[in-house]
Amino acid sequence: MAAQTYFKFFNSVAFRNFTRSLSNTIKEPKFMGINTRFTDILKFVNSESYESIPVYRLLSSPKCQVSHTEAKIDNDLLLKMYESMVRIRTMDKILYESQRQGRISFYMTNMGEEAIQIGSAAGLKLEDIIYAQYREAGVLLWRGYKYSQFINQCYGNHEDPGKGKQMPVHYGSKELNFVTISSPLTTQLPQAVGAAYAIKRAKKDACVVCYFGEGAASEGDAHAAFNFAATLDCPIIFLCRNNGYAISTPSLEQCRGDGIAARGPAYGINTIRVDGNDVIAMHHVTRVARDFCIKEGKPVLIEAMSYRLGHHSTSDDSTTYRAKGEIDDWTKESPIVKLRQYLENLQLWDDERNKELEASVRQEFLREFEEAEKKLKLNWREAFTDVYQDMPHHIKKQMISMERHLKEYQEHYPLKEFQAS
Amino acid sequence: MILNKLCAGCRPTRPKLLSNPVKSVTRENEISSRSLHFTFVPDKKSQKAGETQRLNMFQAINDGLKLALARDPTAVIFGEDVAFGGVFRCTMGLKDQFGADRVFNTPLCEQGIAGFGIGLANQGVTAIAEMQFADYIFPAFDQLVNEAAKMRYRSGGQFNCGKLTVRSPCGAVGHGGLYHSQSPEAYFAHTPGLKIVVPRGPIQAKGLLLSCIEDPDPCIIFEPKALYRGAVDDVPTGEFRTPIGKAEVLREGTSVTLVGWGSQVHVLLETADIVEKKLNASCEVVDLVSILPWDTEAVCKSVKKTGRLVIAHEAPLTNGFGGEIAATVQEECFLHLEAPIQRVTGWDTPFPYIFEPFYLPDKWRCFDAIKRILKY
Repeated sequence: MAAQTYFKFFNSVAFRNFTRSLSNTIKEPKFMGINTRFTDILKFVNSESYESIPVYRLLSSPKCQVSHTEAKIDNDLLLKMYESMVRIRTMDKILYESQRQGRISFYMTNMGEEAIQIGSAAGLKLEDIIYAQYREAGVLLWRGYKYSQFINQCYGNHEDPGKGKQMPVHYGSKELNFVTISSPLTTQLPQAVGAAYAIKRAKKDACVVCYFGEGAASEGDAHAAFNFAATLDCPIIFLCRNNGYAISTPSLEQCRGDGIAARGPAYGINTIRVDGNDVIAMHHVTRVARDFCIKEGKPVLIEAMSYRLGHHSTSDDSTTYRAKGEIDDWTKESPIVKLRQYLENLQLWDDERNKELEASVRQEFLREFEEAEKKLKLNWREAFTDVYQDMPHHIKKQMISMERHLKEYQEHYPLKEFQAS
Repeated sequence: MILNKLCAGCRPTRPKLLSNPVKSVTRENEISSRSLHFTFVPDKKSQKAGETQRLNMFQAINDGLKLALARDPTAVIFGEDVAFGGVFRCTMGLKDQFGADRVFNTPLCEQGIAGFGIGLANQGVTAIAEMQFADYIFPAFDQLVNEAAKMRYRSGGQFNCGKLTVRSPCGAVGHGGLYHSQSPEAYFAHTPGLKIVVPRGPIQAKGLLLSCIEDPDPCIIFEPKALYRGAVDDVPTGEFRTPIGKAEVLREGTSVTLVGWGSQVHVLLETADIVEKKLNASCEVVDLVSILPWDTEAVCKSVKKTGRLVIAHEAPLTNGFGGEIAATVQEECFLHLEAPIQRVTGWDTPFPYIFEPFYLPDKWRCFDAIKRILKY
């Protein structure tokens, strides 16, 4: 068709009538809150409609040849991260064994997830506020929590800042900005969002980091938190440790979507999936996420893919629901193994140094352990404190009634393990 | 979860109120058609506090919230639909005065609201959360019971959320049915670490609100929604505190002690009049005010004097807070009791819609209980 004809058609009354008749149907949708287009193709959106979110990694396995320049990480930091991972592993071994011997009542190891903890902790600053689940002891260790402090908490002795009120591994440290852990899963998520809102209003140069497992992400509180963080623009990093299991439940029975990461964009949250066994990737991603959420005042979701090498806890025997071969395979991929190979390639590390480190850590830890074991627990009256800031009359009355009871029946109570008044 | 029509269920406010600065009152009061099962008795003691203004309860709460935001720059108010003023008008004008970052809507999710509030309070922020109806507080039960209540204890005092206050409309409103009528105070009263209060009118609503906001522990304030518009008091204009944990003897008497809280107090006051007229006996009426911790001393002192006790609450009988009071009083006042303690409460059923008049512990049921124990 000649250009002339085109011109004539577009100026014709017929064309104008034609477009007018369409004007009610072809205009863009105006539904509130949704920015999209109309379609006349009936198509369900499902996992085939998009590519699964890839796993970001910098260390390749088994031989690590990737340079870590992208992560701007110097060798000293790399070595410190490695040492910290070994330290947490050593602590786990000893405390796990001590539970087996009945010396502490309960324990949960961090095995296989050391890179998630150490890598992310190294990417943060001390003023960032941590809300954790319970498998994040490495974060505390990185922040400066001492062996003695971990052990005091597990023993609930008089030096436990938690005053012996919670089960082992429920750590907390005001000075290290690590909010005390509680057992109910996921409750810390919306709380962390509230804390993030608070520090944003206070214009602090900090963010909140909230750790949780992929199982915990099934709780309603996770939904609440993601949605509140997005709609209220809170500077928070949600860091999901996807280690394949929630006690015995494999992640496939936990969710059928593309893991936890796929949920992020649905809430309007910047999201990334990362190799949780790659400490360099963990460190780099956390640092970038931190910068983003402070600068933009918005949340980030990181799904760190890993594998829970240990049992869920000392009350669990994971061989009853998973194959040993599976554990062995992942042991070869474990973050400590991967980083060690990398350090050896760079000639920053060798067998001898490794032996030295492990021996010295073990020695130091056992020394602290013996010290902690000897310490008394707080006076029993502490059971009545901190319910409220000030002890109300009715609680005081109950404490006095226990006092009276103990006077008469003291031989039936383990008073020797507790400080006298 | 919004059921705006509930706002219309209260008695018309007094003509004087029409001159009040909160203009919307006028329009909505015109819709009022149904009467409640009690008559609000204004607070006689209000004059003591200097300058006052006539306010209904939602206005008194609004006034309290305004003072709290003005004096404390960290304070924030959040919940469902609070930004435009709230479905009961308690937050009217606050967003405009204090900014959208201090008075804001949250997504519709009670567990999120409670958890978010705890996190704010962890950081030392004064967090004033609203649950649109007490009936919808249960999704937040875990956050309030396992988290807010236990945070100070479990951390050995390292962390707390004492700056959290949760406000929530509660109680019967004439036509609220199952989910706009509940009185869930007893569920929370079983939770060490929380403080729970229920105001009986505008003065206490403002005073208790300011106390809760300032209190170093997490507080829940259940506001009887039937009082929002119907109840009018001369409310002190400045700041004042109604103490938490203290009951108030509203009427002295010698024959029987009547204990209640919230709007039930007005039922008891009216019942006391009837008792006086028909039975020639005098009732001592005690507003418990605070459910946790509760004022055992004041209640026991009164029972030791009268020798008889009737406890009345809207919530169901079994495991209602009346049970706790009865058990404590029989332990403390065993030798003084001249009749079994009576509990006049809602029945052990869900809160019904058309049967509300038969469900509530109204003045005639209270009167009957008193009559029977006076004869005992």
